[in-house]
This record gives sequence, C-alpha cells and structure tokens, in this order.
Amino acid sequence: MTTLALVVGHSEEIAPGIRELSFSRTDGGVLPAHPAGSHVVVDCGEGRRNAYSLTNPGADPREYRIAVLHKSDGAGGSGHMHSLRVGDTVTVSRPRSAFAPVSTARRHLLVAGGIGITPMLAHARDAVRWGRDVDLIYVHRPGSEAFSDELAALLGDRLAETTDEDEFGRLLDKALTGQPIGTHLYVCGPGPLLDRVLADAAAAGWPPERLHLERFVPAALDPGREFVARLARSGRDVRVPSGRSLLDALHEAGVAVPNMCRQGVCGECKVPVLAGTPLHRDEFLADDERGAAVMCCVSRSKTETLEIDL
Amino acid sequence: MTLSVSPRLATFPFPFRADSYRYSTNVEPARVPVETEAGSWGAGILHLDDDYAAELAERRRILAADPSRLQVLPHMRPAAWDALLTVLRELHAQHPGSMSLEQDGPTFVWRNSLLGVEQRFTEGADDSLPGGPLGFLGSQIQDDVVLLDQREGSLWADAGVVTFAADWSLGFDVGMRFLEVHGPVPRIHEEGIISRAERFLMRLQPGEECRRTNWSMSVDRRLDQSTEVYPEWGPDRRAIVDAGPAELARRLHLRVEVQHLIRLGASGAIMFLIRTYLVALDELASVPAWRERLGRVLAELPEDMADYKGLVRYRDAAAHWLLDT
Repeated sequence: MTTLALVVGHSEEIAPGIRELSFSRTDGGVLPAHPAGSHVVVDCGEGRRNAYSLTNPGADPREYRIAVLHKSDGAGGSGHMHSLRVGDTVTVSRPRSAFAPVSTARRHLLVAGGIGITPMLAHARDAVRWGRDVDLIYVHRPGSEAFSDELAALLGDRLAETTDEDEFGRLLDKALTGQPIGTHLYVCGPGPLLDRVLADAAAAGWPPERLHLERFVPAALDPGREFVARLARSGRDVRVPSGRSLLDALHEAGVAVPNMCRQGVCGECKVPVLAGTPLHRDEFLADDERGAAVMCCVSRSKTETLEIDL
Repeated sequence: MTLSVSPRLATFPFPFRADSYRYSTNVEPARVPVETEAGSWGAGILHLDDDYAAELAERRRILAADPSRLQVLPHMRPAAWDALLTVLRELHAQHPGSMSLEQDGPTFVWRNSLLGVEQRFTEGADDSLPGGPLGFLGSQIQDDVVLLDQREGSLWADAGVVTFAADWSLGFDVGMRFLEVHGPVPRIHEEGIISRAERFLMRLQPGEECRRTNWSMSVDRRLDQSTEVYPEWGPDRRAIVDAGPAELARRLHLRVEVQHLIRLGASGAIMFLIRTYLVALDELASVPAWRERLGRVLAELPEDMADYKGLVRYRDAAAHWLLDT
C-alpha cells in the first residue's frame, strides 16, 4: 500500500470534543483527487490506524480535511489525533472510495448522526456543485453542531437540523415517506442510528439497493470461538484463540499478511482458503468469492481447522 | 540489439508474448515501459506519434458525418469534465514545451501548439467547449474514450467518444452494463474472465491506473471499423482472400489496441482509453521475431476466436505468408 507523508496545516476544535485537521504536502502540491464520501486511513501512533471521511472538495485538492471526535473510551487513536498541531507530520493512505453518490439517483437523501456528518458535508458540496437534488437531515447533541453554518449556506432549507430525538423521528418519517421513487438514501452515524434508519426505511418500502451506509464505528465483533489455521505451504498450525483475530495470530506467528483497514472493508488482507469453512464477517468479498477466500482481519472459521494458502 | 526500423515499428505495442494466444484477464500496471525487438512502448499513458494531426482530422470527419459516435448520458457530465481535466493535465505534464493548462478560478486556458489550439473554457459549462467536454477531449488525443459509471454492483458504459471502433458501436452499447457490452465475445464468460475483470476494475481506487492490450486484424489502414460503416469495410475481409501474396502482405494489418483503465478521482468514474495501432504485414515482417510469432499465433488460433475477430477467411493465407515465404 502506498502512503502519503503529509504535514498538518490546520488544527482547530470546531465543537466540544471535535477537532478539524487539514493535511497537505510539504511542497503545497496537488494531492490525489477523490469522489465525495471517500476516506483516508491515518496512522495514529503505536500501530493504530483509523479511517476518517474527507470533508474537502475532491477535485484537484491541495489539502485533505477531516474532523475527529475525541473518544475517551476508545483505543487512543482519537486522542493522538487531537494532539496533532500545525507542522506535525502524519502518514496518510491514498483516498479510498466506498460511499460515493449514485450518479443516476433522482434525489439524494442524506442522514447524519453526530460526527457522521463528515462524509455528508462532502456529499452535499458535490451535489450542489453538479446541481443534484439533495436533502440532509442532521441530528446531533446540543452544542455539538459541527459544520452547521457551512451546511446552512450550502443547502438552505434543504437542511433539517435537530438535537431532539423525537423531532428527528418526525423528520425521518416524513422524509422516508415523501421521496420520489428513485431517491437514494445515505446514512452515517453511530450504530443505533444506522440500525433505526435502515429499519424504518425498510418498513417504508425502500429497496436495499437504494440504501447506502457508512459505519464510522466498526460494528463490535463478538470474540468468536478458537480455531486452528493450517498453513498449507509450511504445514504449520497456528492457534487462533477467542478474541484474537486471524490476522493478529498470524502476525504473532511471524507470518506477515498485508493489511490496512482492519475492518473487513479495504480488501488488503485477503487470504486464499484451501479447506474448511470460513465464518465471514467482512463487507468486501463478493458472494461468489466467499468459498475460496477469507479476510483475515475480521473473519474466522466455522470449522475447527481452516487451511489457508500461506 | 535493436533493429533499425521505422518510427511506427519502434513504438508498436507488439502484443504476443508466446506462440499462441488465448483470452485472459491480462491487466498490468500502467506507465511501465515494455522493451520489444524493435524498440519500446508504454512508458506513458498518452502516446502522440507522427499520425497525431492526421488521426484527429479523421476523427473530426467521422464525427461530422455521424454525431452518434459521441455519447454522454446526462448523469455522466461530471465524469466527462473529470476525464477532460485529467487528460489535459497529463498532456501538459508530458509535453510542457508544447502544451499547457492554466487555471484562473473556474476559467481554464488550454494551449496545444502541436495542433495550433488555444481554447478558453469554464469548468462545468458544456457550451464553453466545441463538442462539450468529451467531444473536445476527443479532439486532443488519438485514443477513443469510454467512461464507465459504477453503481448497483456493476460498471455501465454511459459515455464515450469512439470513432475508431474495431467492429462494435458506441451508439449501440451506450447505457449497457460492462458484461452486456462484452456479450458477443466467445469463451470469456464461461471462463469467468469478464466477471473477474469487472470486479478488478470496480476495486480500482481513486487515481489507480492499469492497462492491457487487445488485437485483431484489418484490411488496409482503416481506423474506423465501426458497425455503423460495416458496408464500407466488411466486404474487404472476403475480397482480400483473392489477392496475391504481395498485395495480401501490403493490405493486411495487425491491429493492436493499448487500453488504459484509470479510476478518475473527483467523479469516481473509470476512464477507458483505447489507442489503436496498425502495422501492415509487409512492414511488420522487417522484424523477424514478430513475423514468426504472429505467423504461429495465427496458425494456432482456435476457430471460434478467429471467427469472432473476423480473421477466419484470410488467417491461413496470412500465416502462410508470414511463415513460409
């Protein structure tokens, strides 16, 4: 994986617990362009890597912008990000696109909860830029209104912003039942909000192909049961205990597998399966690939032994 | 040692790496030069050669006669602008002495001294460019261009400017899925080649580039072998069988496409560039290794593939000329 060595050009707390950062090349040159809804993976120190949505316009960018919510109960990555100041250097992946607008949608309905607003800012800006029909519902805690002014200037009365859960429910209900056929819905936010929006949309008759979600907090995976990874090329058996990922177990056994997101999204850590039945927990592999490969960062084994081509 | 050959042969992307040819998902990284027996090709994305002005004049003539060779479905406007700016920036970077793209806010000025072009335009304003963004793009590079949109788990051929098609039609294919566009090609569906290729392309991340080659043959140096003008070139495939050896070798051409596949950044569309090269057999034969290899490939090619490529009537005669005369 190629990474970019960038420098912090801007670091500012824009709402309580939310810090906006920008990264640029040291020579001020152009960075790789990207569609709305893209993210970068940032090294957060001590081997931690977090994915952050890019809020900047994606055409010919000279800076990448992200906004980071400080999570005191997290693994410490967000704390590291909050400690970054202008002039600090950071290692950033090239942008990856997994939440882009659907070009043929008749209308784009955006729903954001809390810090889930970040990809929606890019979506809203791109929609306005190209004259696409867009509506945004933005729910957040009182006093945590990141980007409210910018969004209001962009969207005017197409922005519905609330801090009240009941009002959010009414706005969502109205939006889900009042859209023309051909509208696509995009949602980003905490797990419970995602689950609610998807359930309400399904109940209102939305087909799954028109629902797009971005989980900014990876779904907590259960620790799973222990299994043995049999390495076909060396004949070695590696024990994968409950609570330890196959990727980590391989790493501890001295077997390096390329990896990046560690969330089953990016596809870097795909390993061919020769025997046994994987327990897939990724969002990367296509259905017809699932017999012969496993994403070792999140997936496990249904069988006691999983033979892999390593 | 490199032979002393014409400029056309020195940069010709001779596509065969073995004495037989089968379809495969033959993609490789872009911008990696390939050494050949006669020179090299592939160091850059865009290749302008001695035929630059002539081929663009030919494209202008074709588009004037048949505007359906340019297609942009309405949702592809952002992708068309993205493609234009990406290519003009690339040309500027490759040819800083003769081309430049300058930006002042939303206004751009493009200068191309090789063609004597100075064009001012506003990004997003289709009528600020002759032919719109994709039509203008087609007037600056020899490649045909197809833009693929990605949605619903598929790629869709939703825009393009294609005047040098090898027996297909953009006007017919526009709006189709990638798999549908490739429907007529034998073998690639059963062997899973085309779905693997589509999956690979769908996973290209912003800015990633790759390339492949494809080939066929044609009678005479004719770039436009679109379905629309089949009556103009199709009958030659039958008539050439009656030609004597010298005429056969002079008129039959190996036709090679260098295809670049680039994930555009801002729009997320895939830009498919198809650059077509033609070399007559009697010219190609000045490189002995190519002469022998093409002869063997043609002699060995399975009948269904030869039929799809339109070579079935003359490939034995061509192989005989290459190998036995």
